[in-house]
Amino acid sequence: MSTVATSQIKLTPERHRASVRSRLQDALPKIVLAPSFAITIVFVYGFILWTIYLSFTNSKTFPSYVITGSRAYQRLWGWTFDTDPPSSWYTSITNMGIFGFLYIFICLALGLFLAILLDQKIRGEGVLRPIYLYPMALSFIVTGVAWKWFLDPGLGLEQTLHQWGWTSFHFDWIKNKDFVIYTVVIAGVWQASGFIMAMFLAGLRGIDGEIMKAAQIDGATTFQLYRRIVIPLLRPIFLSAFIVLAHLAIKSYDLVVALTSGGPGGSAWLPSNFMYEYTFKRNEMAVGSASAVIMLMTIVAIIVPYLYSELREKPR
Amino acid sequence: MSAVTTPARQASGGVNVKIINRIVIYGLLALFALFYLMPLFVMLVTSFKTMDEIQNGNMLALPKAPTFDPWLKAWGETCVGLTCAGIKGYFWNSIKMVVPAVLISTMLGALNGYVLTKWRFRGATLVFGLMLFACFIPFQSVLLPMATILGSLGRFGVTLQNSVGTSFGLGNPTVNLVFVHVVYGIGFTTLFFRNYYEAFPTELVKAAQVDGASFFQIFRRIMLPNSMPIFVVTVIYQFTNIWNDFLFASAYAGTGDAMPMTVALNNVVNTSTGVVEYNVNMAAAMIAALPTLLVYVLAGRYFVRGLMAGAVKG
Repeated sequence: MSTVATSQIKLTPERHRASVRSRLQDALPKIVLAPSFAITIVFVYGFILWTIYLSFTNSKTFPSYVITGSRAYQRLWGWTFDTDPPSSWYTSITNMGIFGFLYIFICLALGLFLAILLDQKIRGEGVLRPIYLYPMALSFIVTGVAWKWFLDPGLGLEQTLHQWGWTSFHFDWIKNKDFVIYTVVIAGVWQASGFIMAMFLAGLRGIDGEIMKAAQIDGATTFQLYRRIVIPLLRPIFLSAFIVLAHLAIKSYDLVVALTSGGPGGSAWLPSNFMYEYTFKRNEMAVGSASAVIMLMTIVAIIVPYLYSELREKPR
Repeated sequence: MSAVTTPARQASGGVNVKIINRIVIYGLLALFALFYLMPLFVMLVTSFKTMDEIQNGNMLALPKAPTFDPWLKAWGETCVGLTCAGIKGYFWNSIKMVVPAVLISTMLGALNGYVLTKWRFRGATLVFGLMLFACFIPFQSVLLPMATILGSLGRFGVTLQNSVGTSFGLGNPTVNLVFVHVVYGIGFTTLFFRNYYEAFPTELVKAAQVDGASFFQIFRRIMLPNSMPIFVVTVIYQFTNIWNDFLFASAYAGTGDAMPMTVALNNVVNTSTGVVEYNVNMAAAMIAALPTLLVYVLAGRYFVRGLMAGAVKG
């Protein structure tokens, strides 16, 4: 785009200086945008292609550029269904399913619930809102330290309740390979649900009060009012919140590292942890790349239709 | 205000129901406030306790004899890997990384937003769409090529060092991280400024153009003075994101003296040698949390607005 303009300038050196300058002026916006765009093309899209390429090679510790076909993918999926005990990729995608579903569902439900409660003309809303939201401002590497402690049977909640006299209380999910993923869900929900609450609250505040009044005059109970009128009106917020949560879920990485260091035997891994471990620690670069490509495809399937409709429907 | 209050339906029973409703609502809200505050409370309380009190006492109890020692030890003495000089060095590493990365990505975002809204050209939406999608990609899909490129730049830096005498920052982990955060941050910053400038009256820009103002003059004299709110949002958003980043930090500066705060903290906490000093760990975590917590307390409103801009169009 901008290169066209500069080459034309070169071709016509005898032209008036003013004309050259005005051409440059015309091209200036594109020249300013060009570096950012070029960076994006190279470092995002170029690198994605590079990763896809690597996933079709037999790269181990160092990248190799000899195409060897879809071996890495076959290994991933072969591991998934043919091995006993289940492979870490199987664990990762099962965890992703459990974590993704519960995280998104609970965050949406809790966020909406809290937003509706806060929207009841609450005194002290200004104090409560930041309390619900602050987890989003902190790194999970930080808060994970506290969560790890809290969930540890010997130190945290279990110990505390024993001291208070409830000695039969048992809560050791974080040490249990079948339940460790649920502790990741708890911590993840804790971190993101306040933000989802803020999104819903903004949505609730945007609803026309007249509609609500009309429904109340017609004799709708509060429950009916929310179920039939308010929640349907919040549909766009549900969509945005879903998009945010879905991509946060797939990107979740430090949550697992900070909370469980991967869990007993990698039992808390998500695909993001799998990719990191296989690429940088187990020297299985091609397999790591293949898992990254699968993660990316999942995101593409969710985000691209959303972005397409967002950018297209805007009338200009 | 669209709040729904139960209308005073029945004259007599309505008042009672209303009071019970209020109690239930406030009770639930308070309960959830406790749930959200609990980890921070545990961290704060524990960081002021002695090890004795932690081992024999209750997790939720207030410190009997508050001591500031864990904080001092975390700052100046605790071991990160094999070096035992506290986390102070890593704190400055993070500052040195965050400040340039935030400034550069924000400036680029402002310029991009300005071009994409006030100097629209054919294909502008496509360009924006491509940049926007970059915000959502799992960074795992670019992690490895970036590591390769940074590795070869590092080797080139060594060659330069030997021949010219300076490496121009090539191969320096902090410079690398600044670069990485700028590259993967401009999608967000462009989004913020684009949405903000979209609502900015184009007539003003047109009028200035008629008066002969140039591209940069309009940006400096008209756009920038009116961009304060979105600058605050963008800077806060970028600051929190980059300060809190763990994936890039551990991949490109995971070992050695240049590691940022998050990686150092993770190392402190997961050190398996000797007695685990929970109070020092918690103090270190609090120190790592302070900058973003401070920003959040001082400008939480803008922080929320930034988060929302990533989800809902402005």
